[in-house]
Amino acid sequence: MKLLALDTSTEACSAALFIDGEIRQRFEITPKAHTKLLLPMIESLLAEAELKLSQLDALAFGCGPGSFTGLRIATGVVQGLAFGADLPIVPVSTLAALAQNRLPELAFVATDARIGEIFWGVYQRNTDGFMELVGKEAVLPVEQIEFPAQSALGMGSGWRVYKDELLLKTEGFVTQIESDILPQSSTIAELGVYGFQRGLGVAAEFAQPIYLRDKVAQTEIKRAQIRLKRENG
Amino acid sequence: MYILGIETSCDETGVAIYHSQRGLVHHLLYSQIEMHSEYGGVVPELASRDHIRKLIPLIKQLLHESKLTKIDITVIAYTAGPGLMGALLVGAATAQSLAFAWQIPAVAVHHMEGHLLAPMLEENPPEFPFVALLISGGHTLLVKVESIGNYELLGESLDDAAGEAFDKTAKLLGLNYPGGVKLSELAKSGQVRFRFPRPMTDRPGLDFSFSGLKTFALNTFQKCEKTDQDKADIALAFQNAVAETLAIKCRRALQQTDLKTLVVAGGVSANTQIRTTLMAMIEKENGQIFFPRPEFCTDNGAMIAYAGYQRFLMGETQRLEIFARPRWAMSEL
Repeated sequence: MKLLALDTSTEACSAALFIDGEIRQRFEITPKAHTKLLLPMIESLLAEAELKLSQLDALAFGCGPGSFTGLRIATGVVQGLAFGADLPIVPVSTLAALAQNRLPELAFVATDARIGEIFWGVYQRNTDGFMELVGKEAVLPVEQIEFPAQSALGMGSGWRVYKDELLLKTEGFVTQIESDILPQSSTIAELGVYGFQRGLGVAAEFAQPIYLRDKVAQTEIKRAQIRLKRENG
Repeated sequence: MYILGIETSCDETGVAIYHSQRGLVHHLLYSQIEMHSEYGGVVPELASRDHIRKLIPLIKQLLHESKLTKIDITVIAYTAGPGLMGALLVGAATAQSLAFAWQIPAVAVHHMEGHLLAPMLEENPPEFPFVALLISGGHTLLVKVESIGNYELLGESLDDAAGEAFDKTAKLLGLNYPGGVKLSELAKSGQVRFRFPRPMTDRPGLDFSFSGLKTFALNTFQKCEKTDQDKADIALAFQNAVAETLAIKCRRALQQTDLKTLVVAGGVSANTQIRTTLMAMIEKENGQIFFPRPEFCTDNGAMIAYAGYQRFLMGETQRLEIFARPRWAMSEL
């Protein structure tokens, strides 16, 4: 099994090649240079392994949540590669990828979604040794999170930005925090292979970003309603 | 050889295939205008989201309808700028990775050069050198074109672009986005009643300024009863002023450069009255005028495929990098 994984969902840019159980990764923290680094990373990984794109079985990418622009860079690249080389794509959650980095029994993953919200996901280790989603991922303010009443590892940048609020809200179930951890292509590759084996690969155009935040602008009608409301007190 | 062109700089996803001998093979365009109209203008984040949904399906459809396969494509050309950053990145990322997968070169194209060369897609293309008037929602430029890549900026708008002035004036007359086209429709039932100024024509130079016209329209509108006829009359007066101003500056540019050929391109060049006014001016000057067909006045993949092909012939290819440049002056080409 050969799979190429990539991720540009955060300030980190990474690509990884999974070849029959072995993983090689390129990883750099570089908020502004994803567009310059990503394709050369892929090229050098393939060259090093003496592989052509067409010799791979599948591709995987961090589909979100994360930076909207970052997600689209990864999506655009993975779509082009997949369409160009007739490969299936396994979209992998960036929150799952974070949790997979440490493999705790239970992870409360929270990343900063700005404007007072977090991207939230509860992940549980399954019997195959992979992190699996419990419930749904969501974008919401800390007050609205839902979680099982069990002890868990707190993971992601949300635990740095909203540490006190999250600790208070999770009522002592979280005693350990890893807030500086970022998604990596190596774990996206692992989850990608696992997903591929369970038939989760899709054709290029069906691999889309998962933004979670879908309301990004107000329609004219909505704006008019808000204006009226304000005027009428 | 076949060149695949990809355009995603604003609110239209365009793809096309150009053949080095046969010319344009096929092109497809998906417009997001309807989606953005609910928001009263282009929402960049929504534009980017739509591009990434539509681009691969459009390329698939394009190849299928052209009866071509992936192995037929020799070069991929994409719009690298100027435009909306997020939107440009979708086209750039997809084009560059597709070129990498197919092991063929990618060429980064300047969007306005694409517009400038759009008349070359017609059966009777203009010959170099010529003066080009580029008028769109984002640009108003007068350029002396010696050859491909050899451009001298003669004049530009110091404030609103021509298309922007149309949209803003339309908005203050109560027309919904995209108002520019609706304003021209409305002007058809207008009567010659108001006279608007021809900005910056009373002094030498080839620069434009259209923001004053918008204010003039607003003042005129506020002084009348705001009936439908009033609106139509204002629309006509506004459109006349823009068309005549453009004609005056174009005539000046031709005289200054001692050239006889004018090329007009960009979204606003689809405007009938502007076309008629410019044609009348050129006739008097014993010159020649060239326009793209209306569907290639607005953004499209065909002009990008053509411009990319020309750049490729000049030996230009983009290295393995997702190249997008939202602000990019034509003079830097």
